[in-house]
Amino acid sequence: MPKLTILVSAAAAVLLLAGSVSADGLVKYKVADNAIQQSLTGKAGDAAEGEKTFTNRKLGNCLACHQVTALAREPFHGEIGPSLDGVAGRYSEAQLRMQVVNAKVINPDTIMPAFYRTDGLHRVLDNFKDKPMLTPEQVEDVVAYLKTLK
Amino acid sequence: MKTNWKQITFLAAAIGFGACMFAANADATDWGKYQVGEHRSGYTYMTDESRAMQNDNFQNPGMLWVEQGAELWAKVDGKAGKSCASCHGESGDSMKGVAARYPVYDQNLGKLQDLEQQINYCLETRMETKPYKWESDEMLSMTTFVSYQSLGMPVNVKVDGPAAAAFEKGKAFYYERRGQLDMACKHCHEDNAGGIIRANTLTQGQGNGFPTYRLKWQKVGSLQRRFRGCNNEVRAKPYPYGSEEYTNLELYVKWRGQGLPIEAPSVRN
Ligand code: HEC
Ligand code: HEC
Repeated sequence: MPKLTILVSAAAAVLLLAGSVSADGLVKYKVADNAIQQSLTGKAGDAAEGEKTFTNRKLGNCLACHQVTALAREPFHGEIGPSLDGVAGRYSEAQLRMQVVNAKVINPDTIMPAFYRTDGLHRVLDNFKDKPMLTPEQVEDVVAYLKTLK
Repeated sequence: MKTNWKQITFLAAAIGFGACMFAANADATDWGKYQVGEHRSGYTYMTDESRAMQNDNFQNPGMLWVEQGAELWAKVDGKAGKSCASCHGESGDSMKGVAARYPVYDQNLGKLQDLEQQINYCLETRMETKPYKWESDEMLSMTTFVSYQSLGMPVNVKVDGPAAAAFEKGKAFYYERRGQLDMACKHCHEDNAGGIIRANTLTQGQGNGFPTYRLKWQKVGSLQRRFRGCNNEVRAKPYPYGSEEYTNLELYVKWRGQGLPIEAPSVRN
């Protein structure tokens, strides 16, 4: 009997980790110590794609608020958030993932949008309703790109 | 991460890295009447060119709406055979101070009334004609003309007594996150005034300059048009023009600039 319970819960855990989906249709993830260890897709992201998502004004639009010296060719870097130069040296991959997925877990008062969240939002325009700002793939790509900012 | 970021900024500032940003925050410029205590008009964040344009009546494109408004003011319209001037006098002098104290709580109607709503109330009940559409040329001309009569007068809205409930609702709106980007007014205009978001310098989002001639719009626009724009920016459903929500917000936003001069028609980027 105890063996069986262990087996069943192990199976459940495997299901959970293998990108199972929660009620809001988003991939489930686990937060521990303000960080998300597991990739949302189960794979590493693509940094080159991540750079595109990062700069694209309709996707990450991260330069609206952040500066990145390596992207000096892109016009208009905002100054609302800190420079992301060297950010890979300051945070682990898991912490960077948390910051992108939902920065409010770390700083509830932040202006930075949560890029992978649909719950608890108020009066979202119909075109954007129940859609996260980025897909799990795009989140992982952006995290991979952030890891190149050494 | 929050602490780290604070420490980093602090360190950067300490070693002179963020010296410019620091200097910008502790702006030592004397903005004269355009700053009252902590309240700074959008004027103080604009380019010199925009300010020069606003200052000179011959250059200020918003003056066109003042002129059109003066014509409408004198124009007889409706079943009652009256114009605004029939009740309020030819010159518009009687409108001095109105823009500084609106929106006001109207005892008879039992609700908060902004300038647009008051104008439409007069059109419908006193002149017995059709109300203006909110962002129509007529409405913008009339509100700009009326507001211009208060040019330079300090914003002085009443937020206690019967207006208190509307004020509190407006305040709650200001601090409530909304939209897919999940931001409140305060995130841009209180926490980050003076900061740069993409190519824009954020201001305190004051209401004293409205109706404003916005270079981006190429025409004058109302404060509620601005609210709709800012809501859309964070991918939030805007409220309709003249809604109770936005009228309450007008009162609260005006109060945040209590004492700032009425600048209608101001020029903004
Ligand atoms: C509207 C403003 C805004 C946008 C857009 C934004 N951020 Fe941020 N970001 C901030 C602020 C402010 C902070 C400072 C910490 C906090 O408040 O969360 C921050 C912190 C960070 C940090 C931690 C940096 C450090 O040194 O502490 C990372 C990493 C980051 N953001 C990545 C991103 C990425 C990637 C995107 C786009 C996908 C993005 N941000 C979009 C405002 C923004
Ligand atoms: C994502 C950032 C952002 C948010 C959130 C935001 N605004 Fe704005 N707002 C701007 C920008 C950018 C401008 C143009 C530059 C400026 O005047 O700050 C602006 C301008 C304004 C102005 C014009 C100020 C002037 O002097 O002409 C007002 C008023 C205003 N906002 C009110 C609001 C209110 C009320 C809310 C909430 C319902 C709000 N804003 C939310 C970004 C924002």
